Amino acid sequence: MNHYAFTFRGAALRALPSGALWWPDESMLCVSDLHFGKSERVARRTGNILPPYDGHETLARLDADLAETAAQNVICLGDSFDDISAAAQLPTELNDWLARLITVRDWVWIEGNHDPGPLGLPGRHAPSANIGPLHFRHIAMPDTESEVSGHFHPKARFGFKGGTVSRACFLIDSQRIVMPAYGTYTGGLWTTDPVLMALMKPDAIAVLTGPNAQAIPMPRQRSHPRTRTLRAGVKRNA
Amino acid sequence: MIHSPAPLPDPLQEWLNARGWALHPHQQAMLDAAQDPATLLIAPTGGGKTLSGFLPTLAELTAEPRAGLHTLYVSPLKALAADIRRNLQTPIAEAGLPIRVEDRTGDTSASARKRQRADPPHILLTTPESLALLLSYEDAPRIFAGLQRVVVDEIHALAESKRGDQLMLALSRLQALCPDLRRVGLSATVEDPDAIARYLAYHPDPCRVLLADPGPTPDIALLDVPQSPPWAGGGGRYAIPAVLEAIEAHRTTLIFHNTRAQAELFFHDLWLANSKALPIGIHHGSLSREQRTRVEDAMVAGDLRAIVCTGSLDLGIDWGDVDLVIQVGAPKNIKRLVQRIGRANHRYNAPSKARLVPANRFELVECHAALDAVREGTLDGEPRGDGPRDVLCQHILIAACAGPFHADALFAQVTSVGAYASLDREGFDACLDFCATGGYALRSYDRWQRLVQRPDGLWQLRDPRAARQIRMNIGTIMDTDTLKVRMRGRGGAPLGEVEEAFAATLTPGDTFLIGGQIVRYEGLREMTVEVSRRGGTTPKIATFMGTKFATSTRLTERILDMFQQDDWPRLPGHTRDWLHLQRRISRLPRGDRLLIESFPYDGRPHTCIYGFAGRNAMQTLGLLVTQKMEDLGLGPLGFTATDYAVLVWSVDPIDDPAPLFEGEDLRAGFETWLAGNAVMKRTFKASAVISGLIDRQSPGKRKTGRQATFSSDILYDTLRKYDPDHLLLQITREEARRGLVDFGRIEDMIIRTRGRVDHVQLGRVTPLAAPLMLEPNRVPVKGAGQERILAEAAQKLIKAAGLPA
Repeated sequence: MNHYAFTFRGAALRALPSGALWWPDESMLCVSDLHFGKSERVARRTGNILPPYDGHETLARLDADLAETAAQNVICLGDSFDDISAAAQLPTELNDWLARLITVRDWVWIEGNHDPGPLGLPGRHAPSANIGPLHFRHIAMPDTESEVSGHFHPKARFGFKGGTVSRACFLIDSQRIVMPAYGTYTGGLWTTDPVLMALMKPDAIAVLTGPNAQAIPMPRQRSHPRTRTLRAGVKRNA
Repeated sequence: MIHSPAPLPDPLQEWLNARGWALHPHQQAMLDAAQDPATLLIAPTGGGKTLSGFLPTLAELTAEPRAGLHTLYVSPLKALAADIRRNLQTPIAEAGLPIRVEDRTGDTSASARKRQRADPPHILLTTPESLALLLSYEDAPRIFAGLQRVVVDEIHALAESKRGDQLMLALSRLQALCPDLRRVGLSATVEDPDAIARYLAYHPDPCRVLLADPGPTPDIALLDVPQSPPWAGGGGRYAIPAVLEAIEAHRTTLIFHNTRAQAELFFHDLWLANSKALPIGIHHGSLSREQRTRVEDAMVAGDLRAIVCTGSLDLGIDWGDVDLVIQVGAPKNIKRLVQRIGRANHRYNAPSKARLVPANRFELVECHAALDAVREGTLDGEPRGDGPRDVLCQHILIAACAGPFHADALFAQVTSVGAYASLDREGFDACLDFCATGGYALRSYDRWQRLVQRPDGLWQLRDPRAARQIRMNIGTIMDTDTLKVRMRGRGGAPLGEVEEAFAATLTPGDTFLIGGQIVRYEGLREMTVEVSRRGGTTPKIATFMGTKFATSTRLTERILDMFQQDDWPRLPGHTRDWLHLQRRISRLPRGDRLLIESFPYDGRPHTCIYGFAGRNAMQTLGLLVTQKMEDLGLGPLGFTATDYAVLVWSVDPIDDPAPLFEGEDLRAGFETWLAGNAVMKRTFKASAVISGLIDRQSPGKRKTGRQATFSSDILYDTLRKYDPDHLLLQITREEARRGLVDFGRIEDMIIRTRGRVDHVQLGRVTPLAAPLMLEPNRVPVKGAGQERILAEAAQKLIKAAGLPA
């Protein structure tokens, strides 16, 4: 599997092109912002009836990553469900599928702003988690070291001779990792957004997801309007 | 029904007499046909077409004054509605007629609109979108009570787009509200008046077609330019001295270009060469309204000697003083050329004068073919397909906004529209189901349906608050994502807009052309591109939204026919020699065979395919062929497409091209290719917005940031994977047969050539292929190759930044 390998606070990690973070030494896979139930919540609140297959698609990718890595431990870094009601109303087949994946592993649900509190699913629930030298939580804290968080759905635009791509990305510097959103109908915040620019150190890199996990310096020059659009964790043929 | 000439009411007749005016024969004919349920008038520009449409209304309202809406006028242009209002005021005021005329468009103030709903004028002038919005209100039956006539202006233009389909669906609803409604269509010259008549009329009722005297044959020729046109490119700038002379020799000249970018470049250079400081303006759809209005006003006042313009001036106000039209670049389409020529109509009954400026040698051939077609009076036009179903979905949602409806009744109305006459109940029900539940194979929105069926069988919105959102999304015009351009500083002048994708390539200090001036990009503020006047000398070329037309089938046929001649005595020497050389070294393309040339160039194998299917189809062919080459391991690196040919370069040569063009294979390739193609995704996005799956992205909404938008690309990928037969994918495939993908023309090409492939392998570039080498629009193939380049670029950057790789 192609990946971007790097060492973070002494931990040998791999950013996978799917948007998952793989820690072989701990046999741990970390994914963030799955946003199950998004299409239903949109229908409920706006009337737009989007293709109701986002949960299937997200779960299919997660299943594939788990099979590929044979991970024994999983951390879902919050906003796993679009809201509490979405978690309660997950279609039976997705619920069963998810339960099958959870039961054979140690599975931790970190709370996010969309899904605080315990959920009616197997697995452990926690506001945050410490594993080895690393702290896992949903939203980044300003003064921290060795933190892995999600929430922002970072995405980067990269122009090169022969094209421009915009893809969801990991942001990595010496103190923190901000994970891309793994869910299918999830949008993103440009790396040029002041929030992300302030959060990340000047020498931060962005690892693009997509066909290949590709590292570039974190794009900081704002050549694109500041918009927050919802888009996929993985964008093919961009 | 033959009537004796209908007399005009006295005040109107007296007003005409006082002016010393007599009606044109077609204006009298329109009066005579006033009681027909449907009438189509075909008249050239400047023939008093619009007044013809209103005469019966003025006559009826004068003879029998009454309150309430009598006539609805629909035009494709907001500006036209406002202009017609001014023009109608004159006879109404001077003859003292008891008639109130108002316009209602997106520019009308909220208070005026509210008043119009409460107390409609006798004559309401509007656009298809504003009409659709009016029909979405619960009180539509009251607003339109008593409506007698509807006049559809420029119906030939509306019939070419989904706006026309939306309008005709709206008329079916109006007809249900007002059964005696009479329909009038006003059209410029078209190739098939009966098709427009069927389009207009209540199906299957007949529609009378009135043909006005087309006027004298136009005076049309190539502009006499001493320099020969360049080999490639589309600017026509070599002709600037000759164009300036022509401007000087005429009162007012319209200079048409095919794209906004070309108009900008030409205007810029024209201005630099304008040593006599002739007053010249520029007008196109990406300029700000302030800019356009200023140019239009100056034109009306007679202050301008020339306007460099695009299709934005194809329709609209008749400027009486235009005595010359110059078309720069290949006309692409005979009908549009004829309509443009008609803009030079300083006097009805005087011949219009037009000159063509081919931008390159190939276009010179095309211009000759077009001139012949105009002289012979042949027009082109692709037959219209069935009414698009995404527009029908929007129509269903609009009906639901107005109130609960019965599916049977709505179906009956819809099939009274010519374009939807062949729609079966199953097809209609699929659209209704899509609007109600999403129509997914996985039924998962039972609780959150958009429309629900009540126990009495009527359909209604589940949540009435959804009406607001549906109304905000009314319309079928797809704006590409654009950003406004404004001078920096407080209250900086608005200049126009550029595509967001272009704005994204700018870094501060870059310069580009807009409204004829070079501006310097300073930065983005909110959703606005801020620029300053400090211009550089080599501006970037802004990409503007706007249609890029493909050369019509009829015109390409004429070109292929021309190639079969032994000699071309009427072509200039350089072009004649060029064609003879091509015939000697290789062959000239023919309609019934497919010519393919392979040769090395710059160390790489190149292959040129002369498909003659129009630029959109040739672009699609380029994508399909390179995909197939990738499958065969030939390492395609890129291609470039024109209206006539596609040129492909690759690591390995194509030795046997025949298998690349087998119909079944290409069609299979087309299906696979649907998966990831960006053009296909754009096609899907348009239908997703029109059908109400996702919301239109208005700049205002994006600014608040509260309205989350969905990447239509992801929705498309997901649908393809989990629900490949979904209605919206069916619609997308239908749309792909025409428009930007234009697969229908590739199929035509395959049928036309039937596997008769001539593969010519040569040691060097052929004369006909040479211009393609200079084409600027080179498309890199985004296969394994692109990922490789991306990786190299990324590594280089990481290294340059001193970061660990």
